[in-house]
Amino acid sequence: MKFELPQLPYAKNALEPIISEKTLEFHYGKHHQAYVTNLNNLIPGTQFENADLETIIKESDGGIFNNAAQVWNHTFYFEQFSPNGDNEPTGALLDAINESFGSFDVFKSTFVTAGVTTFGSGWAWLVKNAQGKLEIVKESNAGNPMTKGLIPIFTFDVWEHAYYLDYQNRRPDHLAELWKIVDWKIVEKRF
Amino acid sequence: MKTLRIPRLSVWLLFFVIATNSMAQATFSLPKLPYANNALEPVISEQTMNLHYGKHLQGYITNLNKLIVGTAFEQADLISIVKQSDGAIFNNAGQTLNHNLYFLQFSATPKLVPTGVLFDRIIQQWGNFDSFKMEFENAGMGVFGSGWVWLAKTDNGELRIVKELNAGNPVTKNMEPLLGVDVWEHAYYLDYQNVRAKHLSELWKIIDWNVIEQRYGE
Ligand SMILES: [Fe+2]
Ligand SMILES: [Fe+2]
Repeated sequence: MKFELPQLPYAKNALEPIISEKTLEFHYGKHHQAYVTNLNNLIPGTQFENADLETIIKESDGGIFNNAAQVWNHTFYFEQFSPNGDNEPTGALLDAINESFGSFDVFKSTFVTAGVTTFGSGWAWLVKNAQGKLEIVKESNAGNPMTKGLIPIFTFDVWEHAYYLDYQNRRPDHLAELWKIVDWKIVEKRF
Repeated sequence: MKTLRIPRLSVWLLFFVIATNSMAQATFSLPKLPYANNALEPVISEQTMNLHYGKHLQGYITNLNKLIVGTAFEQADLISIVKQSDGAIFNNAGQTLNHNLYFLQFSATPKLVPTGVLFDRIIQQWGNFDSFKMEFENAGMGVFGSGWVWLAKTDNGELRIVKELNAGNPVTKNMEPLLGVDVWEHAYYLDYQNVRAKHLSELWKIIDWNVIEQRYGE
């Protein structure tokens, strides 16, 4: 199966100033594209040649896992943003957030702390566990919580390439700003 | 009577100075660099130096000094901490050691090719200097995520190219670090963006083999 870079659901300058056009040109146009290209180069002749992306992520390791998971993670990441974001979760997702974290504000600060304390490259994830409850999970490098039987709901990329052009070493500032472009209507559909 | 009080006061002052100095030894500080922050341009820009040395390395040192208070590592030297700690203390100690070695190996007027026993050893193991450089760059490209590629010396003087993740340093594998290249994205993103390979091939222009030879000879 040949994987393709998905279209962004917004223009490359649509998330400014939270994420600059230049960052999207590299993050989507170079990093995300490279993971897609690498994956397509790595799977011919392996058992994953005709597998779907989730299966590859759950069953592979090494270079195939790294590139497959990064393709999935970035698609999921870019998809949750919108220039019309900055709304708040409602309904069942809000209830689940309140149940697990006490309030939306406590959830946000706990999630930012998870991102800030991920040492090196990685991702912070909001996930739904087997009991249907929400949890926050930290993953290194290409890590994706679906390998632990958890369902990804929402994520922040804390690789330095996600923010270095716009925020340099200030990862906490970047994560605090990101809430302004999160579209919770999209996140609610995942829950 | 009054004149006797003056020497007594200076004795107290002397104790104070000694006490302050010995306290200072237990905390780590940013090493002075033998070059200006713009001296490595265009290989490493002044802006990258300001952030990488002035913010990232300073941040690791500040964190380390806070974290060791009240622990077994409060009076330990940096290499002992890196060898014996784990978690946040290891991460910040490792990054302090790694960046100290990294920044102190560069020069605006470097010795570009090693000589003597180190050069002989490289030729013996890799055939020629270019083959060594290519294998070192490939190792740097092969580190997925944040980390380091090292040229290290084993117990019996052999050389090894070692890949390490995050704060890793070959001292934890009983090898001596000689040359360290930082492949965290913060090391090159402002100057090379996603093109790590270009950054790695440019770095040879500022690596001072005088420094690496000294480390090998130690
Ligand atoms: Fe990313
Ligand atoms: Fe660094």
